[in-house]
Amino acid sequence: MKAESQDLDILEGIARNDSRAIEKVYKENFGLVQNFILKNNGSYDDARDIFQESMLVLYEKSKQAEFSLTCQIRTYLYSICRRLWFKRLQQNHRYGTPVESLEDVVPVEEEIEEKEKLDMDFTLMDGAMKSLGEPCKSLLEAYYFEKKQMVDIAEQFGYTNADNAKNQKYKCLMRLKKLFFAQYKQAD
Amino acid sequence: MEDLVLLDLVERYLNGDMNITEKEQFEKLRRQNSELDQLVVEQQMFFANLTHYGERREMKHTLHQVHMRLLDAGTISETSEEENLPPVIKFWHKNKRTIAVAASIAGITALSITGLMQAFAPKGSQNYLQQLSRKVIQLEGVQKAQSQKINALIDSTENATKSPDKEQLSGGTSFLIDEDGYLVTNSHVVKGASTLVVVNNGREYLATKVYDNVNNDLAILKISDKDYKSKGRLPYDIRKGTVDLGEEIFTLGYPRNEVVYNRGYLSAGSGFMDDTLSIQLSISANPGNSGGPVLDKNGNIVGILSTRDKQANDVVFASRSINISKAIEELKQDTAHTKLNSPRNASLKGLDRVQQIKKLQDCVFMVKGY
Repeated sequence: MKAESQDLDILEGIARNDSRAIEKVYKENFGLVQNFILKNNGSYDDARDIFQESMLVLYEKSKQAEFSLTCQIRTYLYSICRRLWFKRLQQNHRYGTPVESLEDVVPVEEEIEEKEKLDMDFTLMDGAMKSLGEPCKSLLEAYYFEKKQMVDIAEQFGYTNADNAKNQKYKCLMRLKKLFFAQYKQAD
Repeated sequence: MEDLVLLDLVERYLNGDMNITEKEQFEKLRRQNSELDQLVVEQQMFFANLTHYGERREMKHTLHQVHMRLLDAGTISETSEEENLPPVIKFWHKNKRTIAVAASIAGITALSITGLMQAFAPKGSQNYLQQLSRKVIQLEGVQKAQSQKINALIDSTENATKSPDKEQLSGGTSFLIDEDGYLVTNSHVVKGASTLVVVNNGREYLATKVYDNVNNDLAILKISDKDYKSKGRLPYDIRKGTVDLGEEIFTLGYPRNEVVYNRGYLSAGSGFMDDTLSIQLSISANPGNSGGPVLDKNGNIVGILSTRDKQANDVVFASRSINISKAIEELKQDTAHTKLNSPRNASLKGLDRVQQIKKLQDCVFMVKGY
């Protein structure tokens, strides 16, 4: 089945972190996934977790230029959720006869593998960020994520001028880099 | 400080913030200086990671917000109809498993405690002791045949059977304590019987219960039949003192319709569960021996056979002779029985066992309760 053009629009929206597109996907698919997880030994929290994790996979995929969706978003999402959930059940040694719904499933092994790598990178950076401490953390966040201007940042954090703030930012960045690569080596 | 300048350069280069000349210069530098090249690659990778981290975090945040918004709007729901149920049912649904486990544990505990109680609680003597009164049902057929035979053999005209036309309830042994027809037996032998018949040498006599003490399991019967003729002084004495461990004893009784002799010894000075009113004998005894006399080697009464240990062989308990004496004394208080005299004529001493038994036989009666 070829992806419908509507789905492609939504995919683009997701890539842009457009909350309307996300909301649409959420509305149309969350119930299905929740139902599946509840029927297979999961809780409401598990359902939310798994669904959001597969949304993240969809997001990562949507940003990749080479990615082309070969089925409906619904099928794709459901397949990822299903795979993720069975994997988690296995890790927790909670077996049970899988209860399937009548949804189509597509193979998503590659996505799952990729997701695990991305999860690890995220965890490493998160760990580095958390051990960085303030005000470094907020300073870097303001500059790199919120894309604020150095002048505004200086004002916000109370530096006398933008150059001082910029210097401070570089010091922080070097520390973060050190922390990140230290963790990276450990993880390897 | 130099590091910071370098870092700034790299960042600007990676961000594409440099103008063409700057860029050309930097790239030239990069080709010449492998350290700088390394730094650029490293920084590039790090920035990619950092950016990715930021985007992912942003996405997670958006997802969370969307989830909350939809939840608030009621588009999605994290509760089932269950939530509207009464708290008790909700509690039940939530804790079904725990409750089931708890209930099982409670059940098992209750059962094991019951089991332990049964294992450790002092047993009612009923469970361990078997009263040696004859269970008539098992012997009924034999007995009837034998009685009929005996009755036929003996003086059929004068001595018609005294047995009423009823089913026999119980049977046992008794022995004379007074030549006028007073017999002592176990209370449990005559329990529940409305008619009592005592048998000796094939002759049946009607008897009535004149004394009954369930606590020490003794009963005294009086032969009420006019047919009964005194056999003269009883040849034995009721021994007052204690019996010694290992002392030889013997008994006569009616486990069958025939008087049966058995021999043994005193194995303990107290009875079941340290009952000091009893003695323990090592002797073989069977249902029907209940109420039989326990005699020492001189033929004097040392007790009255009453129960046996079901779980051990040849462990038999007898009530001490002092209990018989006491019962006689108590009965003598009754004006109807003042003439009652304890036997005190130890005439069997020195005789051999066969002679002793011949004389004793006349004094030991079978008891049948109807």
